[in-house]
Amino acid sequence: MKLEVQNYKDTRSGFGDGLLEAGKRNPKVVGLTADLTGSLKMGDFAKAFPERFFQVGIAEANMVGIAAGLAIGGYIPFTGTFANFSSARIYDQIRMVVAYSNKNVKIAASHAGVTLGEDGATHQTLEDVGMMKMLPNMTVLVPCDYNQTKAATIAAAEHNGPVYLRFGRPKVANFTPADEPFVIGKAQMIQEGTDVSIFACGHLVWKAIEALPILKEMGINAELINIHTIKPLDVEAVLKSVAKTGCVVTAEEHMRNGGLGDSIAQVLALNNPKPLEMVAVNDVFGQSGTPDELLKHYHLDTPDIVEAVKKAVSRKRI
Amino acid sequence: MIIQINLYKFAKENELTVLLDNIMTINELKDVASQVRRDIIRMVHGCQSGHPGGSLGATDIVTALYFDQMHIDPKHFTMDGAGEDIFFLSNGHISPMLYSILARRGYFPVSELATFRRLGTRLQGHPTPVEGLPGIRVASGSLGQGLSVACGVAQAKKLNGDNSLVFCLMGDGEQEEGQIWESAMYAPAKNVDNLVAVIDYNKKQIDGPTDDVMNLGDLKAKYESFGWKVYKCNGNDMQQVVDTLNITRQNAHKGQSQIILAHTEMGFGVDFMMGTHKWHGTPPNDEQAANALSQLKETLGDY
Repeated sequence: MKLEVQNYKDTRSGFGDGLLEAGKRNPKVVGLTADLTGSLKMGDFAKAFPERFFQVGIAEANMVGIAAGLAIGGYIPFTGTFANFSSARIYDQIRMVVAYSNKNVKIAASHAGVTLGEDGATHQTLEDVGMMKMLPNMTVLVPCDYNQTKAATIAAAEHNGPVYLRFGRPKVANFTPADEPFVIGKAQMIQEGTDVSIFACGHLVWKAIEALPILKEMGINAELINIHTIKPLDVEAVLKSVAKTGCVVTAEEHMRNGGLGDSIAQVLALNNPKPLEMVAVNDVFGQSGTPDELLKHYHLDTPDIVEAVKKAVSRKRI
Repeated sequence: MIIQINLYKFAKENELTVLLDNIMTINELKDVASQVRRDIIRMVHGCQSGHPGGSLGATDIVTALYFDQMHIDPKHFTMDGAGEDIFFLSNGHISPMLYSILARRGYFPVSELATFRRLGTRLQGHPTPVEGLPGIRVASGSLGQGLSVACGVAQAKKLNGDNSLVFCLMGDGEQEEGQIWESAMYAPAKNVDNLVAVIDYNKKQIDGPTDDVMNLGDLKAKYESFGWKVYKCNGNDMQQVVDTLNITRQNAHKGQSQIILAHTEMGFGVDFMMGTHKWHGTPPNDEQAANALSQLKETLGDY
């Protein structure tokens, strides 16, 4: 893949633009929000399709139930609120009327992770991927940039079944090709390599890309794969890469427990145990700060990925 | 008695829909309800688990809905229910009542009632669409969620230009769930006027009288203040239930969400199950089941 920054955009705008596009393609696509139209960038959709947009007020549980009802009626609802209120706050509702009932509801979860920034730990969910991947029938998507989030939104609309779509608040590098289709469940090769497999998702894919030239200078030829679909995990791609490189680093803006690294560790342990290092938040809550400060503070930055790679590679050589 | 014989015959042949080309009389509806109550007792007795009390109390309301009020096509169940009235049971624990009514109405074989709560059954302890049981569109049992789903389907019907109605039965204890009041606020605010909610108002829950557990206060005043048109009826008086449902049907599509406070008796129809919350989730033993069945006329033939 050609790694070139096209611009800096927030992934939530990718969702908003993707939703508008999905709405144009399919009249069955509807949107719901719990008083966060602007934050979720759903305004263009609401303007284009006012009769297909539902403002439910600050009532997330009700929103999910209404979405399940709309899905029963043949519609493809996207619920939009912050990731924490899209998951932990309404876990039982999602579990019963969406996942267990297998309804075609798309849960759009914005402002995920510490890069939500100044609002602090109450809003910085680092547990949502774990909760959502535990639910049978649920597909969990964590796209990495604006273009990919837009494509993932369109793909979610075309996918039949419950989807949790996680994205973020700040403007970040937009580098994936705008015309690249999003294939649910198919890992995306960013750079091939031989010495270590880096599996990253969300905002940390770019952080891992920034680590590549530093690693190259150190003589480490890293393979970087974007795991934009946490569930169903592309096990084949993971095992193929690990068979080649022999050690692994995972990178995500999520709690170590329940996150991408956790999923990869399970695949390795069951199939081909290899040294594994995890770049993730380890059993602490976030706090207020700027997104960049917080990524540094919680060791989710490019230097942390470099250190993790060095450690993984050295463990391989023992 | 001829009517009863016909009912029996049609039930056996799973062809109740044929009969329902004609409007059922109140006595016929009562006969169906009596058989449903027998089914409830036999189902919970058979597997020695389940919730007879609330099931018996709500039987008349849901019998009236399925055998008198709702425009449905049981033989050709569709998930989206396009062009049909749709019913949601929010308090999913009274599933034996719903399963009996669905079977007796022709959604699935009456004999399947014998599988209730047994391994591999489509008749799970609480209703679910996962096992493919015709008549069930969403899981329920975790309380407080049905009215939200009903609002969503009602709005889908509006988007589709579909004039049929959505009904949702809730428990009264369930009113203690916060989500109920989210949807109670939502429906009138968004002019969901193709929705009729019913509260099975038996004033009892697992731990005792609702007044003791969590006083519900004046439900009528509460719903009215939220913007609902509120009706009251005796939910165990078939004539009153039908009359009240008729009024809500007439008043549908007129800009107001409607709700019926149906005063019921938990355990209605079985003397020793009435006047107590004890039978909320307790099955009868052999002797108690025989006693209960002796009080309920067999009108359509036991499964």
